[in-house]
Amino acid sequence: MTTYLGMPTAPKGVGHLRAAEPFPVAARRALADTQLRRNLAIATGTIRAKRAAVVAELPDWEELRSAGQAAKAGAMRHLDRYLEQLETQVTARGGTVHWASDAVAANRIVTDLVAATGSREVVKVKSMVTDEIGLNEALAAAGITAHETDLAELIVQLGHDRPSHILVPAIHRNRAEIREIFLREMADADQALTDEPAALAEAARLYLRRRFLAARVGISGANFAIAQTGTLCVVESEGNGRMCLTLPDTLITVMGIEKVLPSWPDLAVFLQLLPRSSTGERMNPYTSMWTGVTPGDGPQQFHLVLLDNGRTAALADETGRQALHCIRCSACLNVCPVYERVGGHAYGSVYPGPIGAVLSPQLTGVEENASLPYASSLCGACYEACPVKIDIPSVLVHLRARHVGEARRERRLPRAEAIAMAAASWVMTEPRRYSAAQRSGRLGRPLGRRGRIGQLPPPLAAWARARDSPVPPAQTFRQWWRDEHGRSS
Amino acid sequence: MRIALFVTCLADTLYPSVGRATVTLLERLGHQVEFPQGQTCCGQMHINTGYQKHALPLVRRYADTFEHCDVIVAPSGSCVGSVRHQHPMVARAFGDERLAQRAEAAGRATFELSQLLVDVLGVDDVGAYYPHRVTYHPTCHSLRMLRVGDRPLRLLRRVEGLDLVELPDAEVCCGFGGTFALKNSDTSTAMLADKMRRVLDTRAEVCSASDSSCLMHIGGGLSRLRTGVKTVHLAEILAATRAGT
Repeated sequence: MTTYLGMPTAPKGVGHLRAAEPFPVAARRALADTQLRRNLAIATGTIRAKRAAVVAELPDWEELRSAGQAAKAGAMRHLDRYLEQLETQVTARGGTVHWASDAVAANRIVTDLVAATGSREVVKVKSMVTDEIGLNEALAAAGITAHETDLAELIVQLGHDRPSHILVPAIHRNRAEIREIFLREMADADQALTDEPAALAEAARLYLRRRFLAARVGISGANFAIAQTGTLCVVESEGNGRMCLTLPDTLITVMGIEKVLPSWPDLAVFLQLLPRSSTGERMNPYTSMWTGVTPGDGPQQFHLVLLDNGRTAALADETGRQALHCIRCSACLNVCPVYERVGGHAYGSVYPGPIGAVLSPQLTGVEENASLPYASSLCGACYEACPVKIDIPSVLVHLRARHVGEARRERRLPRAEAIAMAAASWVMTEPRRYSAAQRSGRLGRPLGRRGRIGQLPPPLAAWARARDSPVPPAQTFRQWWRDEHGRSS
Repeated sequence: MRIALFVTCLADTLYPSVGRATVTLLERLGHQVEFPQGQTCCGQMHINTGYQKHALPLVRRYADTFEHCDVIVAPSGSCVGSVRHQHPMVARAFGDERLAQRAEAAGRATFELSQLLVDVLGVDDVGAYYPHRVTYHPTCHSLRMLRVGDRPLRLLRRVEGLDLVELPDAEVCCGFGGTFALKNSDTSTAMLADKMRRVLDTRAEVCSASDSSCLMHIGGGLSRLRTGVKTVHLAEILAATRAGT
């Protein structure tokens, strides 16, 4: 097996990529949260149905998926070239490009840029990557307040909470909870505020409008960047992004290096794939694009921060690198039976769900997130929904093998599991040993009562907590065959 | 037709009636079944738990045992999925291209039971009789890895006396996932609870599937709660006749 050494991964102590506790522990707590279970079932069920309807409209959906997959693979193959082309084009049009090897470097660059403007407040477009690096906390440490302006991100920020979904960060909250958060955190909120969605949205509009008009610095991520012309692109639903991208004097965009596309025809594919996969819409309401700066129109200072933070390490893994193709649509979260039951917080990373289970461990190093590749029953619903055909189950299986390989080298494999696996392999490699093991397995027969076994010793005890087990039969198939058909075949 | 049976380690050891039913069914349809004695396990459990090194000898054993067979059948969607999709991958992970090619050839000859019946043997009425109310869980790997589609349902619809009830949210995983059921037993149990709720809603007497592992999981839950609903493999239903099996 290949080993993966040398490429730096995302540093510890900054950002939100690492789980504080193993997935099964966090999941157990989430499973007991009745409100969370109900919110998630309703919300994911609604988005699933919307997505299925708009995807079914397109006769060439599978071809579009293949085109998206090919465009991303092509961009990754020559990532060095496209990133330098992007830098040249952005610079030529009056922007400034900064290269950040990791979260620490990116946070420092952005903090210095904001400090240089003299502003103590920034407005933010919803962005996964700034959450990945913990930018808001870094800004706060420098005395700068970041205002989230996406409605759901605002709910999360005001609720002193963590996002639990890529697209719908407050999916774990219902409208009664949101009303309580607004009344508690918005100083001038109308005390007669109801939990009608329109009323809640209006309260947020009034609150945010003052921030938009006062802001001198905007911070965004990017959905896509086009190397050919140096154009950045953000797609969104609420118009808050358009406000942040056009009103302030200074715009700072932080972008993972995997977001670059070679040319405009590539973008055409993704603008069809993304809205249908994410919100279940034919087209998203706002698509903003900008190229450098335009004198007298929009921000007059534009900075682009290109972030690695473990992405080159992921790119070095032939099987795992396809996780970098992700366009953050969250279709895989919405169809995942595990995500639907435990929610996003259990994954402990800003990237939850199936894509998070393959992306986070690659960004941090597998051993830093070793429980995530196992947070899946490998049912394959994610692969089927992915608009760029990321084979998530195969990457999960691959990362499990990487984990076992690395843990074995460091002698950290669970002893019982390692012994059981080695023993099973030894037995199964040789049919005679296998037959003998089957015979000894029948020693379990006296455990059975009325055709079922209720309790089992570790490590099978976890199974037996909720499931009966079959009683080993008096005769294996192999024995029956020999009795019936002789030893002929 | 000569058909080699890969019975799978789970059916061999814990559910031999599934293997016997597969033999009975194929022989009744006029085919000759052979059982290569060298077979053991496909290694899926090792591969899916991260122990690819320990799966490698099992990949080799499968190729050694079955590469001379024209048609191989297994009463398990996930084992066939592993043979077809994972065996070449494991061989390549260890740089053994020759084994990968042998594994690919063996994989192409290996069919899940409903695929064999409908696609290779061209039958959907197998002459079975099973007078019970039945619902069918299609299993993830049959559905999404092997794309068996509605083949099992087409077979069940032709079974005399069988009252087939549609399972709501049938395509959702039951939560088994091999060692997932141990490593993430709470999440697995939550998924199982929802699957059982759907099964019970149908008021079926029997929940069927083409995978003994998923049935062990669903059946283990149904038995623990004393629901009275039993799990029966598709092969056993298709093997049943008026005369008895």
